[in-house]
Amino acid sequence: MIEFHVNDKPVSFDGAEDTPLLWVLRDHLAMKGTKFGCGIGSCGACTVHLEGRARNSCTTKVASVAGKRVTTIEGLASADGTLHPVQQAWIDEDVPQCGYCQAGQILSAVDLLSRNPVPDDGDIAREMTNLCRCGTYVRIRKAIHRASELMSEAG
Amino acid sequence: MAARISSKKKVFDQGRRDFLVAGLTATGGFLLGMPLLDVSADEAGATGGKIGFFVEIRPDNRVIIGMAQPEIGQGVKTSMPMLVAEELDVEWSAVTVKQMPLGLLKTADGYAWKYGGQGAGGSTAVTNNWAFLREVGATARHMLITAASQHWGVPAQSCHTEPGVVVCATLGARLSYSDLAARAAILPVPEEKPGLKDVSDHRIIGKPQKVVDAREIVTGQARFGIDAEMQGMRFSAIERCPFLDGKVEAFDDREARKVPGVLDVFPIDGPNPGEPYLILASGVAVVAESTWAALQGRKALKVNWTKGPHASESTAAFWKQAEQLLAGTGQVVRDDGDFDKALAQASRVVQARYEIPFVNHAPMEPQNCVVSVEADKAHVIAPTQSPSGANRAVAAVTQLPRENIHVEMTRVGGGFGRRLTNDYVAEAAMISQKIGAPVKLQWSREDDVKHDFYRPSGMHEMKAGIDEDGKIIAWTQRLASAGKYYRRANVEPENQYEAELYVDDFPSQVIENLRTEWFEIRSGVPRGSWRAPAHTANAFVVQSFLDEIAHATGQDPLDLRLGLYGADRELSYGQHGGPVFNPFRLSRLLQHVAKSISYGAARPKGKGVGIASHFTFGGYGAHAVEVTVESDGALVIERIVAAVDCGIAVNPLGVHAQLEGGTLDGLSTALNLEITIGEGQVEQSNFHNYRLLRMKDVPIQFETHILPWGDEPTGMGEMGLPSLAPALANAIFNASGVRIRKLPIKDQLKQAFA
Ligand code: FES
Ligand code: FES
Repeated sequence: MIEFHVNDKPVSFDGAEDTPLLWVLRDHLAMKGTKFGCGIGSCGACTVHLEGRARNSCTTKVASVAGKRVTTIEGLASADGTLHPVQQAWIDEDVPQCGYCQAGQILSAVDLLSRNPVPDDGDIAREMTNLCRCGTYVRIRKAIHRASELMSEAG
Repeated sequence: MAARISSKKKVFDQGRRDFLVAGLTATGGFLLGMPLLDVSADEAGATGGKIGFFVEIRPDNRVIIGMAQPEIGQGVKTSMPMLVAEELDVEWSAVTVKQMPLGLLKTADGYAWKYGGQGAGGSTAVTNNWAFLREVGATARHMLITAASQHWGVPAQSCHTEPGVVVCATLGARLSYSDLAARAAILPVPEEKPGLKDVSDHRIIGKPQKVVDAREIVTGQARFGIDAEMQGMRFSAIERCPFLDGKVEAFDDREARKVPGVLDVFPIDGPNPGEPYLILASGVAVVAESTWAALQGRKALKVNWTKGPHASESTAAFWKQAEQLLAGTGQVVRDDGDFDKALAQASRVVQARYEIPFVNHAPMEPQNCVVSVEADKAHVIAPTQSPSGANRAVAAVTQLPRENIHVEMTRVGGGFGRRLTNDYVAEAAMISQKIGAPVKLQWSREDDVKHDFYRPSGMHEMKAGIDEDGKIIAWTQRLASAGKYYRRANVEPENQYEAELYVDDFPSQVIENLRTEWFEIRSGVPRGSWRAPAHTANAFVVQSFLDEIAHATGQDPLDLRLGLYGADRELSYGQHGGPVFNPFRLSRLLQHVAKSISYGAARPKGKGVGIASHFTFGGYGAHAVEVTVESDGALVIERIVAAVDCGIAVNPLGVHAQLEGGTLDGLSTALNLEITIGEGQVEQSNFHNYRLLRMKDVPIQFETHILPWGDEPTGMGEMGLPSLAPALANAIFNASGVRIRKLPIKDQLKQAFA
């Protein structure tokens, strides 16, 4: 039995220990916001936060998160429904097209901004490696700048 | 029954679209939609008329607008309801959009669309529904006015609407739509078509509206196909034969069955060589209690494959075959004037060959589907671009009557043409039928890269004769390709070319002596529709070759094009996107992008600029690209200016998004993407060797411009893509003198400068 926290709630899993966190979240915990794109750690659709840092859940075995804190896209907004500034910026800049990659993009952006509150375009180009097949990159870039402003305004 | 039909009157004679009806919902709302003839007790019992409506006004002032098309990221879930809301006259913020399922109606002579045609292909949703959905909104508004005027005892002419409210100025009275809903619902639907607003009066259409599902998407609540579930659902994966048209010879499932959670293993039989595809390949299915167990079980399978009839197929052999074909004579599909004579009289002949690779669709959401097949009915939840195709696929597998197969649509994690084919739906139906339970079929990324209906590959031979004044007097395009209509039922061999060469494309009707010829390359690679299908290849070839002619004859590439496009006039266009094509609209875009990028400015060595434009399915697009080619061949995309003329932009934000996305799709594909074949197998497998564009490849200087035209919209899903690749290749030539004649570009420049 593997126990860990997802979005501040205790959860447990008693299947195969090498099951990727991605499929535990989706199939066993019914949290569908985290998406499957490649399964090899290349696209970032499955990005979650592990102890606050972005991580591909498709290549993270569930056994390795025992006792740790996982945050998924479902846990990013406040309990009262107030969106995280990155989510708000995504709406303000009308980022999504099909929307499939966006949970991963947002969690990667939150991680980037936590380490680098005012990233420039070069930082964004280097750090934002998630794929978007629809090509929403221009608006993702704008939204990260906007989120950076929102977060600094909020102090 | 929740929705009582108060009247059934024919209001529009739109063939497939039958007629509109109005009704009163259980909650006292007003409902205007399609006839609810065959609403099952189940469907109708849910809430006030979930099935069969376009417009519902709830007592709490909320307006629900049904959206019948698949949302694949092209933005129709926002733009289509905008058309209804505009004429209904409500605040856009009061609108909630509901995805409708497939609506099939069994008729005496087959099947008809309950909600109008449903599908995402050919950039048609907005064009096809432009008049119809506005009329739906206007009719509802008309009935609300009638209800108010009857209530007040005044003539309808003395009433008008403000968003969500009917107003009588004479009385100084106001009633909200929700207060009127119950009264309006029992009125007869007017016979005559309603009058529509003048474009200049639009408050919603033409104004930027954000993606309606944005909040659900950013909070992880939006539901895609992969997120669908059914009671008692199993999970499955298929190990498919890697050889084109190969089969399962034998398999050993002993280890697979030992994997905890694996429930069943059985073979799936694919099509025989040459047969139309119901599914793509033979394979072995693993059914399990979870996705991971299915994937692990699959990994533990041992399968022997027969290599099939294409075991020696390779990309090198493909190109050799193309060359051999081009040495002969093909099928002449257009022959204007006297090409041979004009060529003989030319003072100068320019010729070049171009190669276009096979390309994978690679939507972010790998194929998947949930299907439940029962004895007398089936239920499908699918991320599909063609819900009726999904319905047909399940009917073909199960032999169930089509009206007993219910197809629900989810948001779709990208389409690009891949999901016009429903092979993955058919596979899921086969598995569900076999195990007698609902099942989710999950493809891996490797499955998706290795098994696709790829964009066709071909070699184009171009030749032009130019007279002493630099005028092009003879033009030919000779294309040897593995066409997209391969194994397509109901396409005669002599019509296969129609998907490869659109014979009315520019420069036909502009250059007098013009011949187009097609040759079929034999290949076992499955082919299909890929965003802007043959326009991608033909725009690259024609717009690159025009540049080659300009350089060979000392003309400016922009001036040459403007001269050919000529004055504002309509040429006939018999293929999709017609009936007319106005080349002047391309001129206007080209001049705009050229000016924006300072086309005529002197640039330092290594820097260059290129332009291109193309007419795609009724819409017009142009690109200007500025690049630097370093002395070692490194390519830097400095700047992109993209412009589109899609008539009226219904939702400018959506149009910009499609233009940005289309441009980057063009860039991604031109730079790096190709599917190659070795020993009868696809050689790429996942994103490490099928390298889609990422953030670092997107230029900071990237502008998109909308140049409106007239008072009707065209589609926008595909127009933003085709002219990017030739503009880029032309810029590379301008910067470096290296002509790109083979896509993708990959390391060709590095090699040229090595
Ligand atoms: S699914 Fe995990 S990185 Fe692609
Ligand atoms: S929005 Fe479609 S993949 Fe990013």
